[in-house]
Amino acid sequence: MNIRPELTNHQIGRSVPRLEGPEKVSGRASYVHNLKLPGMLYAKIFRSTVAHGRILSIDVSAARMMEGVEHVFTGEDVKTIVPNPYFGPAFHDQPVLAIDKVHFVGEPVAVVLARDPYVAAEAAQLITAEYEELPAVFDEVEAMHSKAVVHEELKPAGTFPDLKHLAGRKDTNIALDYHLRRGDPVAGFAQAVHVFEHEFRTQQVMHVPLEPMVTLAEPHHNTIIIHTASQSPSFVRIEIARLLGWPENRVQVKVPHLGGGFGAKLYIKLEALAACAALLAGAPVKVMLPMEEQFYTITKHASTFRIKSGVDHEGRLLARHCEVYWNGGAFADIGPRVTQKSGFTAPGPYDIDNVSIDSYALYTNRPPAGALRGFGIPQLVWAYESHTDIIAHELGIDPIEFRRRNILRDDRPQATGTPMTDAAVDAVLEKIAECMQWESGSRRKSDDPTKRFGRGMAIGFKASISPTTSVAVVNVAADGSVVLQLSTVDMGQGSDTAMAQIVAEILEVAAEDVRIVHPDTDVTPYDMATLGSRSTFHMGHAVRLAAEDAKRKLEELAHAMGFTDHAVWQPRDLFRRKYGMQAGNVIGVGTFIPEYRSPDPENGQSDKVTPFWMIGGTGVELEVDVETGHFRILRMINVADLGTPLNPRIVETQLSGASMMQLGFTMFEEMRLDAGQVTNASLADYKIPGIQDVPDAIENEIVAAHQSNGPFGAKGVGETATFGVSPAIANALFDAVGVRLTQLPLTPEAVFMAMRAKEGAASGV
Amino acid sequence: MVCNDMNDKAAVVRRIRFRLNGRQREAQVASHENLVDLLVRLDLFGARESCGQGLCGCCTVLVDDIAVSGCLTLAQLVDGCEVHTVEGLAEKGKLDFVQQAFIDEGAFQCGFCTPGFVMMTHELLKRIPEPSEPEIREYLSGNLCRCAAYPEIIRAVQTAARNRPDPAGVAGEHA
Repeated sequence: MNIRPELTNHQIGRSVPRLEGPEKVSGRASYVHNLKLPGMLYAKIFRSTVAHGRILSIDVSAARMMEGVEHVFTGEDVKTIVPNPYFGPAFHDQPVLAIDKVHFVGEPVAVVLARDPYVAAEAAQLITAEYEELPAVFDEVEAMHSKAVVHEELKPAGTFPDLKHLAGRKDTNIALDYHLRRGDPVAGFAQAVHVFEHEFRTQQVMHVPLEPMVTLAEPHHNTIIIHTASQSPSFVRIEIARLLGWPENRVQVKVPHLGGGFGAKLYIKLEALAACAALLAGAPVKVMLPMEEQFYTITKHASTFRIKSGVDHEGRLLARHCEVYWNGGAFADIGPRVTQKSGFTAPGPYDIDNVSIDSYALYTNRPPAGALRGFGIPQLVWAYESHTDIIAHELGIDPIEFRRRNILRDDRPQATGTPMTDAAVDAVLEKIAECMQWESGSRRKSDDPTKRFGRGMAIGFKASISPTTSVAVVNVAADGSVVLQLSTVDMGQGSDTAMAQIVAEILEVAAEDVRIVHPDTDVTPYDMATLGSRSTFHMGHAVRLAAEDAKRKLEELAHAMGFTDHAVWQPRDLFRRKYGMQAGNVIGVGTFIPEYRSPDPENGQSDKVTPFWMIGGTGVELEVDVETGHFRILRMINVADLGTPLNPRIVETQLSGASMMQLGFTMFEEMRLDAGQVTNASLADYKIPGIQDVPDAIENEIVAAHQSNGPFGAKGVGETATFGVSPAIANALFDAVGVRLTQLPLTPEAVFMAMRAKEGAASGV
Repeated sequence: MVCNDMNDKAAVVRRIRFRLNGRQREAQVASHENLVDLLVRLDLFGARESCGQGLCGCCTVLVDDIAVSGCLTLAQLVDGCEVHTVEGLAEKGKLDFVQQAFIDEGAFQCGFCTPGFVMMTHELLKRIPEPSEPEIREYLSGNLCRCAAYPEIIRAVQTAARNRPDPAGVAGEHA
């Protein structure tokens, strides 16, 4: 069969332009942001002004009386339709609107609905609330033993079996303690000639998608439609149905394009409030956050990582202990998964026989933290690659040479015991060395005596969140045209295009001719979520299986219609012969869940903890102004193992974009808090990277690799280029001016202060 | 100002007339409405309010051929003006040279900021027909792209500059 005989039909590995390109450049792509419905009410949220407190009273009377206000609801109103209105992916700890207590500044307490969004905003300012303030805790290490306890009792969702034992636990902020033991760390450290111990910290930052979070809920007779900018429509359906006590089929979740996600729009965010408000009001309700309020929704974990390594006289790592504290904020969101699923990679891509990891998810009275492009990995790589650099320098070994002696090579077991199969750690390391001319390159020197040149590099790795399921449907119409139904959300990563390429490769059509049905849970089947660089692998397989299923059914139909094995036919010939006219469909279904073995609860060991590994590294050349501490990135080289890329050009944009995002988190982004209040919650005060922040040169290298169990040899890519950026810059700063920064962000002030401190120490001041 | 009676006294509604993408339009506009509000009422969604402070460029439109942030422009102020939005660029569905250059160079991911970049690129190329890379960076520094497709955007501007249909004519028109 061949619909377009002129196609040579290599759809995989072709840089197909994004299918939705024309819609996006013409401003006509649909986002929930744009959506209006007849009779729609706009919501404005009234938020807590204290970090931790008991609610004494909420006065909504003035708001209710304001002309144009249709409704004002509080947690008590929500309880009339949802008796137990707490939600969340890992813990049911987040109320739709605050009940009895508030846990952070910015927690939703009440909501105003009006036809005019300006009226809703004005009315929300008329609401007042009184609180009895409680002691609050903001630091993740203090939260381990603090008297301030954020939640009276832990309420694991039951979704994850390894959290069940936490149910009912009281007087603790530890939402999950995760432990891994491999070999004999005590003996390993005893044998070591050198022992190094450091602490590294990262700051709280926000995803800042330029389309702020938005959900529009539309109630109908015994059903509800939720139009939402979400990365996880299937989860939203399940969670809303659970809250309402409805079967899943009464909740329809629809997701058009997303104006950025990066992990912010995962699991369930505004959907619960929008759904409850719409049901209470009996009208469509749009909850559309202004940029400032996004900073009170979900953030990236601040963290503290204490790392200790023992090394022998040849520079081989003998033992490593990792202690990681994750600042989860007031609601767990997916933090406990970060603690575990990223936690087990904390020792880095190094071959160490004796390893111990203790990783803790902590509640604090900050805005909640969840997944942000890397699921905790950038925080870990920041620490272990800074630490690695320090060790190499102190031992007088070149940092790349030190890594060569210690990296995990092919099929060697990682700390969990899972082998590093199809994990090109060495290739990534060598490519960085080659691109930077590490050994042979002459070191640049500036003519300007106030400038110092420096270079640094770092490598990191990540496991895929596992086990997770994807389902896809390929629908062939009677004219042979093809529609792909899937719940993967294309938030800019190009999944629509890549998935169309997979269908096209198998059904021998052009990728441009495959139509994608965007997530609509009434018609697109289940997918766990668009997160953690999982779609290419998981949904890629499901789509492959669905297309193969459709192809097999077409071939069976051809056989039944009397076409011989060697006959040339087109699908439309089959339908016409079978139904006598252009009628009917062939539907292929594919379901994929990878092989997985749960880690041993005692020691965290498993020989199948992830279906694939992502490997990434970054090299940086920079120039520091020694008079001010300002530094400029002259060159940034991102190197990645992505298996065999499905669409090389889109993949390159992803690498470059991910590294730029992490560059912002490294150099300047920081949510500043004062008694729990975010003091820079707007783009005026919270700077994200702009075009002037792009390094003079940015290069992206994909090492030759093949993911043998991946669809067409491919695997995920969205997060890979974030891994090495922060430590590569810190290592280059050390190379340039000899100061070691251990806390992100690496601001000019921090560099300046460190340089002055070093001078002071040298001169004995 | 805490404005409790915004609905009646403070909100002065005026009828304005302006040209939108070449067509004459009239609208009743309240004093607090910004240009993005007005465009949304007219079912144009390409200019998007994101930061709400004129810092991200997502709501960039041209008012009398000057790029402005729609979120900071009171709608009543466009009375008598010529307003161009991204929706006016393509003629009969055919993308214009800037839009096509953004596709050719893959200069976007999520696409939310793209109309703003496209409009700003138009203004840039009118003023500097063959911009250098530093000039491109300088001119587009008020537009943010969280997906950070900046290297591709720089290339798209360069491609658009090369592919401009009639540079002399367009530059002359706005000189």
